[in-house]
Amino acid sequence: MNTPNQFLENLLKLMNNKLVFRLDWMSILLYVSLVVFGIINIYSTRFSESNLPFWDIGSPVGKQFWTFILCLSALPAILFIKSNLLERLSYIFYVISIIGLIGLFVFGQTISGATSWYLIGGLSLQPSEFVKITTAMVVASNLSSLQTDIKKRKHLFQILFLISLPFFLIILQPDAGSALVFVGIFFVLIREGLDLRFLYLFIGFILVFILTLLYGYFFISIAALILIFFFYLLIKRLVPKTKKLPFLICLGICVLFSYSVSFIFNSVFEQRHRDRFNIILGLETDTRGIGYNINQSKIAIGSGGFFGKGFLNGTQTKGAFVPEQDTDYIFSTIGEEWGFIGSSLLVLLFTIFILRIIYRAEKHTSIYSRVFSHAFASILFMHFFVNIGMTLGLVPTVGIPLPFISNGGSSLLAFSFMLFIYLNFDANRLN
Amino acid sequence: MIKKSVLVILTLGTFFLFIFQLILLQLFNSEYSQLSENNAVEKRPVYPNRGLIYDRNGILLVANQPVYDLMVIPENIESFDTLELINGLSISKDELLNQLKKANRFSQKLPSSIIRQISKENRAMFQEKMWKYRGFYFQKKLVRDYVLPTAPNLLGYTSEVNSNELNEKSDYMLGEMIGRQGIEKTYESNLSGKKGASFYQKDRFNRIIGTYKNGEFDTEPESSENLTLTIDALLQQYGESLLQNKRGGIVAIEPSTGEVLALVTAPNYNPNKLIGRERSRNFSDLLNDTIAKPLFDRSLQAEYSPGSPFKTLNALIGLQQKIITPKTRFKCNHGHFYAKNAFMKCHCPNGTSNDLIKGIYNSCNTYFAKTYLRLIENAPTPKEGLNRWRDHLEKFGLGNYLGYDLPIGKKGFIPDSKYYDNWYPNGSWGGTTIISNAIGQGEILTTPIQMANFTAIIANRGYFIKPHFKKSLFQKEKDSPFIKNYTLVDPQHFETVIEGMHQVVEKGTARVARIKNIEVCGKTGTVENFIRLKNEKTQLTDHSIFIAFAPKDDPKIAITVFIENGYWGSRWAAPIASLMIEKYLTGTIKRKWLEDKMLEGSLMDEYAKPISGKPFEINE
Repeated sequence: MNTPNQFLENLLKLMNNKLVFRLDWMSILLYVSLVVFGIINIYSTRFSESNLPFWDIGSPVGKQFWTFILCLSALPAILFIKSNLLERLSYIFYVISIIGLIGLFVFGQTISGATSWYLIGGLSLQPSEFVKITTAMVVASNLSSLQTDIKKRKHLFQILFLISLPFFLIILQPDAGSALVFVGIFFVLIREGLDLRFLYLFIGFILVFILTLLYGYFFISIAALILIFFFYLLIKRLVPKTKKLPFLICLGICVLFSYSVSFIFNSVFEQRHRDRFNIILGLETDTRGIGYNINQSKIAIGSGGFFGKGFLNGTQTKGAFVPEQDTDYIFSTIGEEWGFIGSSLLVLLFTIFILRIIYRAEKHTSIYSRVFSHAFASILFMHFFVNIGMTLGLVPTVGIPLPFISNGGSSLLAFSFMLFIYLNFDANRLN
Repeated sequence: MIKKSVLVILTLGTFFLFIFQLILLQLFNSEYSQLSENNAVEKRPVYPNRGLIYDRNGILLVANQPVYDLMVIPENIESFDTLELINGLSISKDELLNQLKKANRFSQKLPSSIIRQISKENRAMFQEKMWKYRGFYFQKKLVRDYVLPTAPNLLGYTSEVNSNELNEKSDYMLGEMIGRQGIEKTYESNLSGKKGASFYQKDRFNRIIGTYKNGEFDTEPESSENLTLTIDALLQQYGESLLQNKRGGIVAIEPSTGEVLALVTAPNYNPNKLIGRERSRNFSDLLNDTIAKPLFDRSLQAEYSPGSPFKTLNALIGLQQKIITPKTRFKCNHGHFYAKNAFMKCHCPNGTSNDLIKGIYNSCNTYFAKTYLRLIENAPTPKEGLNRWRDHLEKFGLGNYLGYDLPIGKKGFIPDSKYYDNWYPNGSWGGTTIISNAIGQGEILTTPIQMANFTAIIANRGYFIKPHFKKSLFQKEKDSPFIKNYTLVDPQHFETVIEGMHQVVEKGTARVARIKNIEVCGKTGTVENFIRLKNEKTQLTDHSIFIAFAPKDDPKIAITVFIENGYWGSRWAAPIASLMIEKYLTGTIKRKWLEDKMLEGSLMDEYAKPISGKPFEINE
């Protein structure tokens, strides 16, 4: 009775009904391999301190391992939550997480200068990691409501407020790195229809910012004047009716911004902030002081060569020359011990992961799911770009972990949950 | 569309940027692996124990002993009982605090030494209390142990390499020990062996955290060589005791081999003084004693006029040049006029007529002055005469370095015609001008080891083997010292001079040196010497010299004794040389009275004369 066609149809139906078959297994595979690779490398960085096995909770890598197990066991639970329930709870989660951030100013634990942690019974919890999820949810929720139109200034400001609130609360901790991640949500807004001019403006500001640091605001002002003047002449020839005012405003903003960058850099920033930029921009070389981290990290990665020194054989890693090597600088260990093969493979895996999430997000019919998935991809991208860029000496030193890899329970939990929510939405996109 | 792909473009862009940077860092830059090794791998040398030093009879002279440096790692210090530490390791409180401050300044994480070279006894006593002193620990180090404290002048010592040596010698590292002076320096490479290396993994504080790749690159040290010296330690020690409270030197050589049996200089010091905690203070004390100069090796470095012993050489040259024969006689009347108004004094009574042998044992100035005059004047020109004389002396090992295996020495001086042309231009000098050379005064300068060497030549009847200090098992190796260096004098001439020297001891000036059943040959010397005192040339009490060898027919030992300001050669030098010979040949001393006299005799009053102002004794 059953034709092969019918059989196939039934099979498809069955598969669609069974959650297991609808899951994005590729992402899960990427996730598991990244975390396992991470644990291997954390083990290597802390190898000289302890010879307990990795599953021992008392060993340096044990916490990460058991956090991973915890995440995996939470996976089914999260997958079975109805996605619209999450959508409805977005604001509540957001408010709770914001309260969590504010609470830090009272109950927070200060570790290496930043008040970013709660200490509960020997476990430390970093709320800023979880605010990333709730902010992504709240932005998704906001954008998905029918009335919202991102092109309207009022709505845009609303969304910007939702992003800025955690951004500034985290800046105050101070934890510039974690705050920087929220800038990534900007990409989501563009995807959702924000005027492209904002992007150009954004790029323009960054350019002016860097050039000001390199050449000083006076030079930049002159350069902007000349450039904009010729640009005006060019446009004037094409469109004779062009007004001067927009160009003057543009010039004014340029000069003002350049001046304020210069002012902030020289008067507001502390020396350590200045140093970080100066080293990246090549204005200063200092391999002993502030440039030490970057220099040692580059030495570690560079000395890995093509094949790497091998697992547990990294001399830089064993000697702990790179600080924070199990957390923010874990990529230097990977570069040293696994060489070009290992580190380029990791870069490739991350790239595939991010592209995969974007690709799947585009298929969502629900705006909420789509925005959330894009936000996830953006946040992942920001971490990927800033963290590896920093260890490779391309980006100023900003303390930010490499997702799934770096040692840190909060980070692993938050990124795992974010991934699981994405998996949930992805698996249920047809419902 | 663009809006949708912004993040995709950024992600791909980042991907290529990172891959590009990884290629730059990992594939096209070898500098980083070097940097990483400098960073993280420490090469630590592994030392073989420094070679032991034995005397010719197998007596152990120099060994190694452990001493301990008290080290501290400032960051590990907890409060401790300062008083107990101060008393237990006998260090002053100020010194302790000072050293701790220094260590603090140097590094919080790296060890610094607080007290150097604590003896093993002191350390053992304090070790049990060490648990109370967190951050402190003892670090073992090997230094020299002078089992038989003797001959510091020829053994030399070891100390840490200095910055100049570090620049010159690439295989030494800061803090390593290097041989300084003497045997330790000459045979540094034999004694130190070849160090091996262990590689360690360091952390970012430069602390060692384990071996590097399980010791895959480690190399074993090559063991060092033990040295056997030619020195007879008991003779050496005996010589040192005979020279106590005197200044001077003794050199004893085995003529047939050139092996140096003893090389004594006085004043001296106990080599163990240069070990342990007082080392640097003791060393500067020695260095700052510019009057007695204990670090100045008089047997190798002091250039004296040889005095009368030199007459033997002039006799040999005269015989060889056929200007005298053993039967040649010269008359002496308390001396003679060698030129108008120029009289050379002698102690021969009026109307003496000496032949050569008598001339030697009476040490007749006149005889040798006349011989020397003939040497110079019978040649076609004085210049040729002088230079021929000098050629002879060069063959006797004078006027230049001998080439023995110790790092210090002096050339001495034998004048040539150029020298006198400088002083007396246009050839206005002749035999009479330089007549003092005849009796070993004048311009001639020799070191005691050079004198011992020419004594050995006489004993050998015409040749010497380069004096040396390391006993060699292979007597025929290339460049070995065992080449017979012949003089220009025929062997038969030596017998006459030797007979004369034998008579010196039998019935001449050095009867005190006679030993029962041993035929000793010798020659005394009483040497005029001058210093500048209060800007005036002042003649000091004469030096007492004696050269000798024995037994006459089968010489086993040739010796030179030089006692500064000891007056007659027979007063100090001859008895001491005689005792040394007796000790070496018979092993015991029968003439206790002489030994006691020499041991107890002191010249300290004499040496104080330039300061005390007492008159000097000068041989008339």
